Amino acid sequence: MNDFLTMAMPKGRIFEEALELLRMAGYSLPSEFEESRKLIIDLEEEKLRFILAKPMDVAVYVEQGVADIGIAGKDVLLEEEPDVYELLDLRISRCHLAVAGLPNTSVNEAAPKIASKYPTVASHYFREQGEQVEIIKLNGSIELAPLIGLAERIVDIVSTGQTLHENGLVEYERISEITSRLIANRASYRLKEGRITEMVRRLASVIPAQA
Amino acid sequence: MQKLFMFEKPVGMRDTLPLLYERKKSVRNRISEEFEAWGYQFLETPALEYFDTIGEASSIQNQQMFKLLDQQGHTAVLRPDMTAPIARVAASQLLKQQMPVRIAYSASVYRAQQKEGGRAAEFEQIGVELIGDSTISADSELIALLISSLQKAGFQEFQIAIGHIGFIQTLMLDILGREERVHALLRFLNERNYVGYIEHVNSLQLANMDKKRLLDILELKGSGEVLEKAAGLLENDQGTEKLNELDELLQQLAEYGSDQYVSLDLTLMNDLSYYSGLLFEVYTAGINFPVGNGGRYNSLLKKFGSDSPATGFALRLDRLIEAMGPVQEKLQLECALFTPERKQEALEFVRNRRAGGRRIALQDITGVSGLDAYTKNYTEVHYFIGASGKDGGHE
Repeated sequence: MNDFLTMAMPKGRIFEEALELLRMAGYSLPSEFEESRKLIIDLEEEKLRFILAKPMDVAVYVEQGVADIGIAGKDVLLEEEPDVYELLDLRISRCHLAVAGLPNTSVNEAAPKIASKYPTVASHYFREQGEQVEIIKLNGSIELAPLIGLAERIVDIVSTGQTLHENGLVEYERISEITSRLIANRASYRLKEGRITEMVRRLASVIPAQA
Repeated sequence: MQKLFMFEKPVGMRDTLPLLYERKKSVRNRISEEFEAWGYQFLETPALEYFDTIGEASSIQNQQMFKLLDQQGHTAVLRPDMTAPIARVAASQLLKQQMPVRIAYSASVYRAQQKEGGRAAEFEQIGVELIGDSTISADSELIALLISSLQKAGFQEFQIAIGHIGFIQTLMLDILGREERVHALLRFLNERNYVGYIEHVNSLQLANMDKKRLLDILELKGSGEVLEKAAGLLENDQGTEKLNELDELLQQLAEYGSDQYVSLDLTLMNDLSYYSGLLFEVYTAGINFPVGNGGRYNSLLKKFGSDSPATGFALRLDRLIEAMGPVQEKLQLECALFTPERKQEALEFVRNRRAGGRRIALQDITGVSGLDAYTKNYTEVHYFIGASGKDGGHE
């Protein structure tokens, strides 16, 4: 097992794009991979073990070292601030973090409220703007918050803007661009340096050039 | 605030129970014996220091320090590391002696943890400082001692990454021209964020040649050939001297026979801002965090009024122990159970055992409530009960 490289992968959309990238980089991954419901998948011939995790948890697995490397969105890295190596921008699952709300509304001066799945990012952003706000942490369906009067603004990831649009919300400010990153545990990066560097090199050669 | 349970401790504080204590002691002893064999002398400093002296010098982040007020109203801190207190002692007392001095310590340090509760906020560091010697021989001795100590403690698989802050700073300053631009870039290396580093370099107003030189810094990892690559990034003699230091260090480590454990990584940085030149980090198999680090800190002693070069390293005892895996060994501990009429006999018996180096408890059987459960704690039990004249029976 020790010669295996363990890779934490986020379930969902990023997973499929990441698999495509790994295949382009020459890793032979079985085609039924995507349909499997297993949480741990071993690839004997590539000496790779995949752990399928919630996107927010990938950074934790890698920081704690149960996974040597992982693929995590920059949004997760900004929020969790894990102590890991951020090795490569994979330029997949492109989106951005933004402040959104109902059109033509302003923030309630008396008690400004911001709802978000990213409380650290949100509070950091508004502190930088010199604004004092109250952050309300939600775990999903953030768009609801302005519609039901929970908060005037939300901080969330936006990819096409369709969800915002369908709920009658508009984007006010763009906080930062988000793509998926290859991250590595600090000790693994030293002790399995050869295999990790090889993966970085192979992935780097197939990453689409900057748009 | 919620009412505390009576058994609770402040967040990050831990008890060490007997089995773990034994293991900790054994690792500590093996490492200390090696330090002593190399001529290092142990000393102790107080757990409480002034914030304005040690707190300022130590450069562990302010919010990570435990602070309190002493009776005169001075802010005191629980020492966040041992290097600063030793620099204080060295500058004020030791350097009256003949330099260089070789100091060792084994002590708890205190760092409040920001992240999820329960991460150790008090942990033991065991380390050495070599003060008053600026030669590369001092640096190579430390790394060789580090390797030798880990081997004595029973570790076989470990890796030491060596970098040189001075080289990176010189090279970046040559390209970027201003200190604050260098600091902005170094921050990314310190955070181990290579993606951010590349983005930042690409956003700078620089000639493509210079951008490439900055980006190539990320490739400076591996063995001796890295030094040639690094030399290729220099445009003048500044920085060459630092590379020569690394070259000499590698040669000397080869003389120690230690070269298979080390690799170069010139992007290596450390949060402890007093490091000025060579620095290194240690990793062992079995644990996913660095177990130790060290380096040269030539400017720290100046803060305490003595301009002396120094170099040192510290190992985290808690992480070394974690790397050894779960505690399985059973403590060799015996017990002699007696009834009052045979106490004399039992006393004689334990005296002999103790003199022979055994660890043995003496227990009046009438004081034991559950005999089976009690005797399970011991590897050997001797009975002095009932009719006298018989030898202590074994179980």
